[in-house]
Amino acid sequence: MKSAALSEGSWHLHTVLDQSPGLRALADTLADLCDEGHPIVACTADLKYSNGLFRFQERHPERFFQFGISEQNMVSAAAGIATTGQLPYVATFASFLALLCCEQIRTDVAFPGLPVRLIGHHSGFTLGFYGTSHHATEDIAIMRSLAGLAVVAPADGPSLAAALRATVDHPGPIYFRIARGRDPEIYRPGVEFQLGKAIMHSKGSDLTLLATGSTVHASLAAAETLREEGLSVGVIDVHTIKPLDSETLLAAAGSTRLLMTVEEHNVLGGLGGAVAEVLTEAGIGVRLHRHGIRDEFIVIGPPTHLYAHYRLDAPGIAAEARGALGI
Amino acid sequence: MSAPADTIALIEEKARFSRAETVRLIQIAKVGHFASSFSCAEILATLYYGVMRLRRGEPDWPDRDRFLFGKGHAAAALYPLLADWDFFGKDVLDEYTRLGNPLGDHPDMSRVPGIDFSSGSLGHALSAGLGMTLGGRLAGREFNVFALLGDGELQEGQVWEAAMSAAHHRARRLIAIVDRNEHSLDGKVEDVMGVEPLLDKWRAFGWEAHEVDGHDVPALLALLQGIVADDARTSPAVVVAHTVKGKGVSFMESELGWHLGYLAAEDEERALAEIGGGE
Repeated sequence: MKSAALSEGSWHLHTVLDQSPGLRALADTLADLCDEGHPIVACTADLKYSNGLFRFQERHPERFFQFGISEQNMVSAAAGIATTGQLPYVATFASFLALLCCEQIRTDVAFPGLPVRLIGHHSGFTLGFYGTSHHATEDIAIMRSLAGLAVVAPADGPSLAAALRATVDHPGPIYFRIARGRDPEIYRPGVEFQLGKAIMHSKGSDLTLLATGSTVHASLAAAETLREEGLSVGVIDVHTIKPLDSETLLAAAGSTRLLMTVEEHNVLGGLGGAVAEVLTEAGIGVRLHRHGIRDEFIVIGPPTHLYAHYRLDAPGIAAEARGALGI
Repeated sequence: MSAPADTIALIEEKARFSRAETVRLIQIAKVGHFASSFSCAEILATLYYGVMRLRRGEPDWPDRDRFLFGKGHAAAALYPLLADWDFFGKDVLDEYTRLGNPLGDHPDMSRVPGIDFSSGSLGHALSAGLGMTLGGRLAGREFNVFALLGDGELQEGQVWEAAMSAAHHRARRLIAIVDRNEHSLDGKVEDVMGVEPLLDKWRAFGWEAHEVDGHDVPALLALLQGIVADDARTSPAVVVAHTVKGKGVSFMESELGWHLGYLAAEDEERALAEIGGGE
């Protein structure tokens, strides 16, 4: 049966990925790695159109497992798959993965140290007015407290592709925190990615912005604005929250007046908390301002409006920085 | 199919050995799960000495059959069998639960050779076992995966997610065994949270379901060997093994509190006398 022709601009679930081009990197990179001989297995829980894994399924149908709406079963099963020498990538909304499946991740994946890759997509409040059940503003804090679990938040499609590729042989488990694939591109395809090594975009003596994942692009733009106002502003993409690149952080801390972490996450326990731990233990007296969600649940609104509301868009980050600098 | 008498005798002896060793190990720890371990002694012995494909001294043999202990709190019943297979030295048992020893109340796959998956949090094992069958299929390995679940464990929702999923993925190499000892910590399973009708539930989820007396070694052995040998079956299979919690020690069979406990010297002697002595 032929479907009726749609008007321009109409879309449905099967074409939703067209609006999330950054997410294509997930399925396409995994399928490429599979072609290259890595024993990739892709698993999802009734979200293959949302995360794009149907593209992996098209290329490697026998290595794609649909688990239906039973995320906990999927995570434990992925652990079982990993015991047989296969390399499972499990993808679902970050809210369900990091919160609903926290115990399965802790006990079945992190505790035995199995090389399971956990892809939490649509993290932060990227699902906007879907509401708190679909938001993940706690996942960094939860995941980074699980022993042996690396936590990585790539900022765009090319860096996601690079991160997946660079970590394919990592012997332990990894939690990838990704957004909804609509991040403006910062990096070029083939960008170098090194687990645990932050990317220094620029140095600044007045302010250094430490951003992760979805906040990197807006932080870069905010830094431009602040520079036009005469400030010396640096930006570091802290794509790996665990293990944290304390060397780069401490070097920046020693040459800037204010460090400001910027995250689409509760300031408790996330990037801000992780950076505070490093600075405090090192005895560095630099000021730190943690910018993010200040221990509250997200209001209803379209994502772009939410970024403005929580001052996580470029003008918001710039304003937050001015306030912290007392300008 | 009838097994040779010496196989039956061997399994019955290993079940006795498991119980006696369980008593010995728990005396070292000074607390442990007696009754839950005793109810599955014949099931474990039948699997490890009559059903599973294993190689002595090779706990990581890639083609071995896998075992997942859903009710991991009964691990004391299994450790002696693994040592008996030369997966680790018998002297390791002597320091059960002592500081730095790999053997804890719940089994740890990273530290204990022969433990195919860690457990302790109920409800995960069937999912992990499903993953092993899927991974084995992709790797071209035809091993069987046995998951021993407690009947109380069936109250966990994840078990039924796994049951649905295993039937959907036609995981015919996945074989679940329910140790139906009818008791959990707070009382009888049917009083705490009823799980019946069990066979109907599994069948409704697409499984081939059987039941058996879980202490009748010839019946257990014949049933499990028959399930493994049935190449026509496309669905996963479950065996509901009716057992007695505390089986083998009369004062534990009649007293529900022995899910967890400790035996002072005279009671230890009574228990071992009924079991048939230690080694």
